[in-house]
Amino acid sequence: MLRPSIRKFLNNKIAAYTIAGIFLIISILLGIGIGTVSVPVPIIIKIIGAKLFGFSINDVEPMFKSIVLNIRLPRVILSGLVGASLAIAGAAFQGLLRNPLADPYTLGVSSGASVGAVITLFFKLSIPFVGYFTLPLLSILFSFITIFSVLTFARKIERSMRVETIILTGIIFSSFLGAVISLMIALTGDELRQIIGWLLGSVSMRGWEYIKIILPFFIIGSGILLLNVKELNAMSFGEERAQHLGVNVQKRKLVILTAGSILTGAAVAVSGTIGFVGLVIPHLARMVWGPDHKHLLPLSILIGSGFLILADLISRTIISPTELPIGVITALIGAPVFAVILLQRKRMERSG
Amino acid sequence: MLSVQHVSGGYSGEDVVKDISFSVNKGELFGILGPNGSGKTTLLKMLSGILPFGQGEILIGGKRLQTYSPKQLAQKIAVLSQHSTQSFSYTVKETVALGRYAHQKGLFQTWSQEDEAVVQRVMKQIGVSKFQEKNIQELSGGEKQRVFLAQSLAQEPEILLLDEPTNHLDLSYQKELLDLLKQWTIENGLTVISIFHDLNLAGLYCDRLLLLEKGRIKINHVPNEVIREETIRDVYQTKIQKHPHPKVAAPQMVLLPEKQKLENLIQINESLLLQSDEIICLKSPNPLRTMSSGVIGSGTGWHQTFVNRHVCKDYNCSDHREEMASFLLSKGFEPSETVGMMTAVLLADVEYRLFEAGGFSIFVVVTAGVGNAVDASNSDMHGVEMMPGTINTWIFVNGELTEEAFIQSIMTATEAKTKALHDLEVRDEITGTIATGTSTDSILIAATQAGKGLDYAGTVTPLGKLISKAVYHCTTNAVQKSQKRKRS
Repeated sequence: MLRPSIRKFLNNKIAAYTIAGIFLIISILLGIGIGTVSVPVPIIIKIIGAKLFGFSINDVEPMFKSIVLNIRLPRVILSGLVGASLAIAGAAFQGLLRNPLADPYTLGVSSGASVGAVITLFFKLSIPFVGYFTLPLLSILFSFITIFSVLTFARKIERSMRVETIILTGIIFSSFLGAVISLMIALTGDELRQIIGWLLGSVSMRGWEYIKIILPFFIIGSGILLLNVKELNAMSFGEERAQHLGVNVQKRKLVILTAGSILTGAAVAVSGTIGFVGLVIPHLARMVWGPDHKHLLPLSILIGSGFLILADLISRTIISPTELPIGVITALIGAPVFAVILLQRKRMERSG
Repeated sequence: MLSVQHVSGGYSGEDVVKDISFSVNKGELFGILGPNGSGKTTLLKMLSGILPFGQGEILIGGKRLQTYSPKQLAQKIAVLSQHSTQSFSYTVKETVALGRYAHQKGLFQTWSQEDEAVVQRVMKQIGVSKFQEKNIQELSGGEKQRVFLAQSLAQEPEILLLDEPTNHLDLSYQKELLDLLKQWTIENGLTVISIFHDLNLAGLYCDRLLLLEKGRIKINHVPNEVIREETIRDVYQTKIQKHPHPKVAAPQMVLLPEKQKLENLIQINESLLLQSDEIICLKSPNPLRTMSSGVIGSGTGWHQTFVNRHVCKDYNCSDHREEMASFLLSKGFEPSETVGMMTAVLLADVEYRLFEAGGFSIFVVVTAGVGNAVDASNSDMHGVEMMPGTINTWIFVNGELTEEAFIQSIMTATEAKTKALHDLEVRDEITGTIATGTSTDSILIAATQAGKGLDYAGTVTPLGKLISKAVYHCTTNAVQKSQKRKRS
């Protein structure tokens, strides 16, 4: 918990959004600028500006243009969208389940989505009329099935659904589904690296195609969640309490879980299972703003995208030229944060 | 306001509440009582719309409960449960503001000026506005409960349902919360329906009580009718005794612990009496049930030490209670365990004796001086100034008395004393008529509350007969001793 003085200063809406916005912009510029070939910031701005407003520039090397527009920009946008999707989904799951440890990864939803994606890719499935949207749609379907199975199972163990019970159930599901993915990939005879790519996530070599896949789902999913911020606030006091306050709990819960699944499914479809983003980011956003979902969700989007852009930057530069899966970086940061939150909670339970 | 008609239902097919019917009027504070598992919480969940019920109807403002949407229902009914879990650190104001959810319209549910006004008003009324920016996780249990009460009231409901609202709260918060609720029912016409575990709290605050037993209504009536010894003993299967509240016309219950059998019954007699020039003192091994008039420990209570103190004739003190208490402390007595009296009579003239009858006994101690003897029938001829001389009568009963017997004992003892003065022809010096007592007499009835049960003490009952005889005998002797000393 931050000291009240810090919280008070940051309780200024404009300050919170400015900090988050600046963080995102810096991340984008760093993400595009740094690499085997460095691109200076003014040139990045020129190239993107020219592309956006349609005027031509001649004083920029074509190589820079190609690197920025064809390689780094799509990669940065993709990691940004994935980060934003996972972060807002995590924030929604946490509010809904009153569980600060919930996120698409710890709940097993990411693994479920992976199974859907791997099935689509390795059996080369294609649903008629939807074309390349088959991949995200199947991932979303599998996320949805997984989250419901996890919650049903957790409720079976214990009606009150304690924080630890849900997480434990999620971890069981996630291990099991991870094993299923490994088995499937191994059986189709592909090499091991690809398995790791799926299990730990990666945003490399995806290009603009994948942005087109995730973008509509990101807009729909976050749109739905942003329309349910009041309900999320109410439900973070418990489902019964929310109902007493006038929330149509059954309907809203379904809507929020669906939106969370859409976001997770689409993110996993394009990048594999990247862990802990949805856990760390809402926690961070709560520290700068507070738990009110009205601002927690937009702030999670901003910080989440910036965070994953930076994580991607580190993953491809730290042992360059070899690229680490991005999930390695997020897990290195996320797992300790998970541990700290768990400790804090236990300490609070003991003192309270 | 709210009407429940033949409602049955429960969880998974098994009916927890069976054929319940009652109605609650606007502005009533309505309590639901019952032992664990009697269906109180289930009933409340049905009223709040959380739990569907099998048969019957619940009507709110004349409309069926099922026809309300969750938002409409939240505008009518608010619920305060016994504890709320918070996983995130919302501020007090954010928490209270959530109560306005049901009143906000449109896709984006904008925060209106009215919403803000209601939230500010409620926070002020409940007394949480001074810490509105604080984090609810930092608050104490009582403060948290107040915040959630403010949240419920921000819904501007017509009916407030509470599930053991005072659970986990300390004494002062319990009272504070219920005082607040009572005030809201009176001032704002709020209807409150609350589950209580504490019968005494329920009896103190509720207008009407509903007692449930195994899912059915045992009784639905005003507190005085519901909180009856037989009913409560029957439903809760425990020993309990009703007694009146000292200040408020409300029934109260006390638990009766299973008595540990005393190895040997104590008998109060002269062996426990200590006598000096300054005090006569009797120390009982066990506390005795007492009814007395005196300087210290008067009224009814339980006391273990009994002190009759000699003071000189011109004793004068502005606060004689305080002075007596410090005197007792200086002698090593605990004032709260002591019944203390004063007399100007020389303690050497005390008269005491044990009287026995079939299965019980009484020990009587009397100090008597008649310098200020008064004829009660002519007492308006007397001024208020105090004169020395007092008859202090102690009656220890080795037996178990009812409240009624205590009062009858006092009557019988007084009559016997008066008769003694009559036979000695003690005269009121001002009127010249035969005196009935003195102006500063005190009496103590103390019973061991063990051994033989003695229900009555009228003059012809066994106890009454013994008291009459004993008091007459001791008073006569004590007055004679004092008169003899005066003459000599």
